[in-house]
Order: sequence, then C-alpha cells, then structure tokens
Amino acid sequence: MGAHHHEVVSVEEQFEFTAESKRNLLIGMGIGAALVLIGAYMLSQGGGHGHEAHGAAGHAAEHAHDHAEHAYHWSQRIISNLWVNSVYFAGISVIGLFFLAYNNLAQAGWSAVFRRIPEAMPAFLPVPAIIILVLAVGFGDKLFHWMHEGIMDPNSPHYDAIIAGKKGFLNKPFYFIRLVLYFGLWYGLWKVLRNLSLQEDEIGGTENYEKAIKFGTAFLLVFGVTSSTSAWDFVMAIDTHWFSTMFGWYTLASWHVAGLATMTLTIVMLKERGYLKAVNESHLHDLGKFCFAFSIFWTYVWFAQFLLIYYANLPEEAIYYRERFSGYGGIFKAPFFINLFLNFVTPFLVLMTRDSKRTPLILKIACWSILVGHYFDFYTNIMPGTVGEHAGFGPVEFGFILLFACAFIWSVSTQLTKGNLIPRNHPMLEESLHHDVA
Amino acid sequence: MTDANKKFLVGVYDDDDVALAAVNKIKSAGVKIYEVYSPFAIHGMDIAIGHPRTRIGIAAFCFGLTGFLCAITLTTWTMGIDWPMVIGGKDPLSFPNYIPIMFELTVLFTAFGMTITFFLSNGLGPTVEPLLFDPRCTDNKFVMAIDLSKNKMSEAEIASLVKASGAEEVSVKQV
Repeated sequence: MGAHHHEVVSVEEQFEFTAESKRNLLIGMGIGAALVLIGAYMLSQGGGHGHEAHGAAGHAAEHAHDHAEHAYHWSQRIISNLWVNSVYFAGISVIGLFFLAYNNLAQAGWSAVFRRIPEAMPAFLPVPAIIILVLAVGFGDKLFHWMHEGIMDPNSPHYDAIIAGKKGFLNKPFYFIRLVLYFGLWYGLWKVLRNLSLQEDEIGGTENYEKAIKFGTAFLLVFGVTSSTSAWDFVMAIDTHWFSTMFGWYTLASWHVAGLATMTLTIVMLKERGYLKAVNESHLHDLGKFCFAFSIFWTYVWFAQFLLIYYANLPEEAIYYRERFSGYGGIFKAPFFINLFLNFVTPFLVLMTRDSKRTPLILKIACWSILVGHYFDFYTNIMPGTVGEHAGFGPVEFGFILLFACAFIWSVSTQLTKGNLIPRNHPMLEESLHHDVA
Repeated sequence: MTDANKKFLVGVYDDDDVALAAVNKIKSAGVKIYEVYSPFAIHGMDIAIGHPRTRIGIAAFCFGLTGFLCAITLTTWTMGIDWPMVIGGKDPLSFPNYIPIMFELTVLFTAFGMTITFFLSNGLGPTVEPLLFDPRCTDNKFVMAIDLSKNKMSEAEIASLVKASGAEEVSVKQV
C-alpha cells in the first residue's frame, strides 16, 4: 500500500460549539416547546370531539384492547409522544456505543478516524432514561394495557386472563428494575469506553485499546440480551396481548440503521464545516454501504415478521397489522406506508450506486430519509396501542421531534468539544487514515 | 480474447509493492500495460494500470431487474390470471405472497448472470484455453504482460524498462 498517493492531513482538530449554533439550537427548542404548548392547548380544547368517532371506526380493533373502557384524556397524546421520542433517541444514542463495541471486537481499523462521533452519541442517554422512568412509574397505566388497574386481579371486573398469565415478566417491580438496569448498564459501559478513549489521547500505547475491546465485548453481551428485552419493554408490551418473536431483532435493526444514519449525517455535516479533513471518500463510501445494507436488513426483518403473520392469519397475531392498516378509521395507513417507503425504497434506490455513496449530498438525502422513516417506524408501533384513534400528526408531534432533536444535537456537540475530534493515539488510526476501498 | 500470434513481453515480480511501483514507472515512460496477474487483489492496481471503471454493477442491476420482472410475470400470470388459486384465503393476486419469489428470482438471475458474465469477460469456458503467461501468477509471483503490437517502443527498450523496474525475469511470449 506504500505506493499509494495519499495526502494525509493533520489529525489535530478541536471542535468548536459556537455561540451561533447554541443560539440556533435554543431557538429550535423554543419553537419546539411553543408548538407543544399550542398543540396541548388545542388538544385540551378539542378533547370531546374524539368521542363521536369512537364507536364507528375503532370497534374491530378494540376487542383486543380495553381502551374503550378506559377514559381517554388528551394528556395521553403528550405522554405517548414523549415515549415515542424517548425510545427513538435512546436507541440512536446507544447505537453509538454498539458501533464502537463491534468495531473494537472486530479490531476494525477503517473507522478509527471518526470514532469520536459514535462515541459522543450515548451521552444523551440520561435524558430519555429519566423521561422513560418518570413516565413508566407515574403514568404507566396511560401507556401499558398490562398496568391497568385490576387487570391481573381475578376478582376485578377488569381481569384479563391472558395478561395475568404474563405476570412473571410484566409486573411493575421487575419492569422498573429492568429499566434502571438497561440505562445503568448502557450508560455505565459507555462512560468506561469514553474515558479510556479520552485518556488514550494523552498517554498513547495500546493498553487502553485492549481494555476497550474487553469492555466493549462485555457491552455486546449485555446488549445482546437487553436490546431484545428493552424492545419488548419499550414497545411490544404496549400491545400486551400481542407478541412477535422477531420483535427484538426488528427494533434493534430499526435503532441500528437510524444510529448509522445519524453518524453518517453528522460526519458529512462536520466535513462540510471544515472538520474531519482526514475522513476521505472511502470512509463515506463505507458508511453509505452500512446505511444501505442495514436499511435492507431492517426491511428483511420487517417483512419476515409481517409475512408470517399475514400468511398464518391467526386473529390474535393479525390484529396488530389490522389495527395499523385499517383500524381506527385508517389513520395509521399513511405512516405505515411512509415507514416502508422512507426506510426501504429511498435508501435502496438512492444509495445503490458507488458514486452516490461518495456524494455527500446524496448521503444526506438518504440519511434524512432513514431518520424520518424510523421515527415513523416507532410512531406506527407505539401510537395505535397507546392513543389509538386519538392519534394524529400536529403541533405536538412536530414540537416534540424538534425539542428532542435539538437537545440531542446539543448533547453530541458538547461531547465533541471534550477531546480532539480525531482520536490521535488510537492504534488503528494510521490504517484508518490510509483507508482506501478504490 | 487475443488474436493468434500476438507478441507479449512478460515481466515476473516477486513483490506486490514492487509490481505496483513498476506499473506506475512503466506507464509514466509511455508504455501501455496489457494486464498484471496476481495471486491476490492488489490495492489500487486497476487504477494504476488505467483500466476503465468496471460496468459490472450495471450488468448486475440489469440481471436483477430481469429476474424481478420475470418473477412478477410468473406469479401474476400463473397464480392470478391463467389459473387463479385461492390459498390460505388470500386473494389470487395478493402482492405480499409473491415477494419471496420476486426476491429469490432477482437473486437467482443476478447470481447466474454474473457468473456467466465472469466467464465471458475473462475468456474462460469448458473448451477455452485460458490465457496464462506464467502459471506462477496463481502462486507467489506477480506477472506483468505488455502487448508489443500496441506499443511504439521497441522490444529491447521495453524489456530494459521492465528489468529496471524490478522484474526478476523478462521474457517474450507468443500467444
């Protein structure tokens, strides 16, 4: 490889989180908060109107749920939105660590130059962690069928034998312990890897790298279990009667590709602002391949789950797609197809050629498509079970997306300032600087 | 692939880095290189030799598209139109049922199409004698072939260039 003509640029770069960026993010958060308040006011005023539509549209879907028995309050829409965004951004954050961990385990060299970007992502985890914990403890019955009063009590009029049968896993103490464990383990292991990496900048050597491989592998073992169980706890448990053995994988695939798109987008945007000069076209090409491949992987899992249920046509399974396809007056049909279109059709066609994966603009289009698409993925998975026919897409939804996105960008930007933008003493850095996939 | 009785100058190298540097040196002297044969892919060699960019991706896409369209035709015609069949209570023309077939035929056509393309473009086949300048290029040597009829320089001049670039052996082969 020595004969290659590379212009290796400096690896000394300090990211600056400018006052202007901070101001823009604050404005974004302000607009987001204003939209949420306006939307909440509108919802609180229009609270009665959902009740007329109630009987006609939702009945097919209702018998799996007892939402009809449960009085709906407009605040459920706020809670559901907080839940969707928390789950979505918690996933994106933890994927940063997942990426680091499997790159460490594989001793991958190519990614060393932009490691600081996935490394910065999990810092956001405490925000969704706190929201998820508060909502689960304080408002769990607004989200989860199995948390409803008396649902597991045989003497209660609300008793549901099927849900009561899941008591071994779905009971409040164990559930709350699991939530704490997920975020505790994910955030704790990220802290270890992060500190090792920042320390490596100062002391060099391979000792920290070796340690990072070990802790990263420990994380992979943890995540192998918790990615599935957290997917059940965050999303699948909402539709308590329903279950799918593909669901853990499915959610992991969704988080993974959204996390990769976030990384790719961040790297492209940093490059546009003059940072990460050492990231070359080959790195972008490989990141594009990752986004392309895992979009297809997500589609594969999506379809594998769908086809089995569609083909077997068992009522207790098919209800899940029935609700999303034609239940609740068909309001979830649009997000259902937007999800497939943005997460499969766009990245598949847009990122197929070699040149497109090397063109920053096209990468950005594909990444935005994936990011918006996977928001709708979680929206379509969560909303029918929590608010059903009261779901919609208005100021509250836009506002919360904006709030979370700005907060996430703020968190990542802050983390990026905490060290050199390129891990200058990473043992694989030399290989990464010369990365060339021709 | 080549006409009979073409004269090639063949240089044998012991090291992939030397071979790659040699390609750059010889090319900058104005000599056209026919091909370099190597037991493994050498990074950046195709660019150094100056081969035009491969169109293999376009070929793969076309094969895949053909398979995809064949699958649509096959499933909708046989199961939906010619002899409509209701299986599992599904409509005879139900799209999700056919996706696995579309996927499989897309992959099958692409795989077979690319295999055939590979054999054709490399001049390989059951009865074809493969063009092999030095069998050691399948083991541990790196073999450069220069088509003498495509170069203006004399045989001796090119031979000394190849020798100077680090070749262990230089010979002329009639193919």
